[in-house]
Amino acid sequence: MARSTTTKSKVIVTIGAWLVGFLIFFPILWIFLMSFHTEGDAIKSPFAMLASPWTTEAYQAVQTQNSYGKFFMNSVVISVGSTVLALIIGIPAAWSMAFVPGKRTKDLLMWMLSTKMMPAVGVLIPLYLGFKVTGLLDTRTGLVAIGTLINLPIVIWMLYTYFKEIPVEILEAARMDGASLSSEILYVLTPMALPGIASTMLLNVILSWNEAFWSLQLTTSDAAPLTQFIASFSAPEGLFYAKLSAASTMAIAPILIMGWFSQKQLVRGLTFGAVK
Amino acid sequence: MATQHSRIAARFMVAPSVVLLFLWMIVPLVTTIYFSFLDYKLLVPKPTTWAGFDNYYYFLTDRTFIASILHTLAIVLGVLFITVVGGILLALLMNMPFWGQGIVRVLVIAPFFVMPTVSALVWKNMFMNPVNGMFAHIAKGLGFQPFDFLSQAPLLSIIGIVAWQWLPFATLILLTSLQSLDGEQQEAAEMDGASVLSRFFYLTVPHLTRAVTVVILIQTIFLLAVFAEIYVTTAGGPGTATTTISYLVYMQSLVKYDVGAGSAGGIIAVILANIVAFFAMRMIGKNLDA
Repeated sequence: MARSTTTKSKVIVTIGAWLVGFLIFFPILWIFLMSFHTEGDAIKSPFAMLASPWTTEAYQAVQTQNSYGKFFMNSVVISVGSTVLALIIGIPAAWSMAFVPGKRTKDLLMWMLSTKMMPAVGVLIPLYLGFKVTGLLDTRTGLVAIGTLINLPIVIWMLYTYFKEIPVEILEAARMDGASLSSEILYVLTPMALPGIASTMLLNVILSWNEAFWSLQLTTSDAAPLTQFIASFSAPEGLFYAKLSAASTMAIAPILIMGWFSQKQLVRGLTFGAVK
Repeated sequence: MATQHSRIAARFMVAPSVVLLFLWMIVPLVTTIYFSFLDYKLLVPKPTTWAGFDNYYYFLTDRTFIASILHTLAIVLGVLFITVVGGILLALLMNMPFWGQGIVRVLVIAPFFVMPTVSALVWKNMFMNPVNGMFAHIAKGLGFQPFDFLSQAPLLSIIGIVAWQWLPFATLILLTSLQSLDGEQQEAAEMDGASVLSRFFYLTVPHLTRAVTVVILIQTIFLLAVFAEIYVTTAGGPGTATTTISYLVYMQSLVKYDVGAGSAGGIIAVILANIVAFFAMRMIGKNLDA
């Protein structure tokens, strides 16, 4: 008796949960479906569109007419570049704060975090004018620099919470066993720290890929990443639904896949360790 | 463990980050403050002069400014309400046993990974467009007049779009928190005869409070700065119906090229954000000790 009621409730919950999941995911599914139809079919009613023949026309059009590849490469360079730079600067900092904490370590961490809370418009004008004067406007270098600084606090915080979990006793045990400093770092610390570094990297690439304030303000064409390219569809000419769908699908697919792998780290990274 | 030697090494390892973040935060901010006291218009070819508090006066007495604060508040509060209430309900649902949990979870968090310009333009064109959008097709199919979302209810439409982006975040954090709920405590309460409702209100709700606080604080920081969604959908309009503080500062400084007034607006935005940040930092700082 008890078993049959739980099975029944499980069926109901399953239907409800799948329905909600489907509805939330639907817009993404819809642009995916739309991207495989012609511009003319894309503006038809939903069922008429689904019934019309499938084609990869829109993908080809986006590649040839809009040179999609350039924007994609800019996105890759900017998001990976700024993340790697932030890691290079942030790893030693997080490392020393986690293992050699001083009296001011906590204040320092809080201060670093507070830089994330500064609204971008508060520093927009000096940066824009500075970029203009130095010729950094619409360059990848400029955006990588900004991205690094935006990422840095999150990188340090995430790494700090990961490094904190590495027990110091293990290091001491290795030292007692006569491990040299270099073998201690290479064989004991690195294997334990790598998963944390990897997930920090993943989350920050995702965040930089989707960053859409500075990339919209500081780029126009040469260094424009996908956020800016997609924004150009806000004032299009002629029919563009299929092209926008194709471009959007390609822009979000890699990040969606990476994001699904980093679910757990997402919570940790974005709540600064407050929820695990 | 920490010797004098390693302490000095640690200082050197932290120094680059501290210096960079300090420069990134202080130099532009001080420059903005300086600009905010100048009569500095890039389109007017006359020497820049000292303006005192004129820019602040201009900004604070501008009707658009008051409206922009209200719009910003509406977006922050509207999105928070939808995502927190929706997130709690969704997290409770997804925490129940059902088939395919992993897949549903993947579907639900997906919108969070969609870049803001994509989600805004997709909602604007493929769904809310009064001629070709899906809602218009559905309305026509049912014999109703299509509704022009972005011109008739622009602010609500933007709240809807932004809420769709942030609902997954709230859900994921609340779900993570629910999963760390102590099962034994629940069982003990059940054995002592606590009903489902009282278990929910006396065990689950207090446990979720911290996660909800975290969701509210972090989302507020991001929501105060919503920009791309407005930029590609309504460009602040119709009129100034969806102009937020961020958007207003952008218009003033990089469209009208009034550096002085734009800077004053930027500083006001910083002050407002700092009020929120103050509470956020205290909250996160408290958790750091735990």
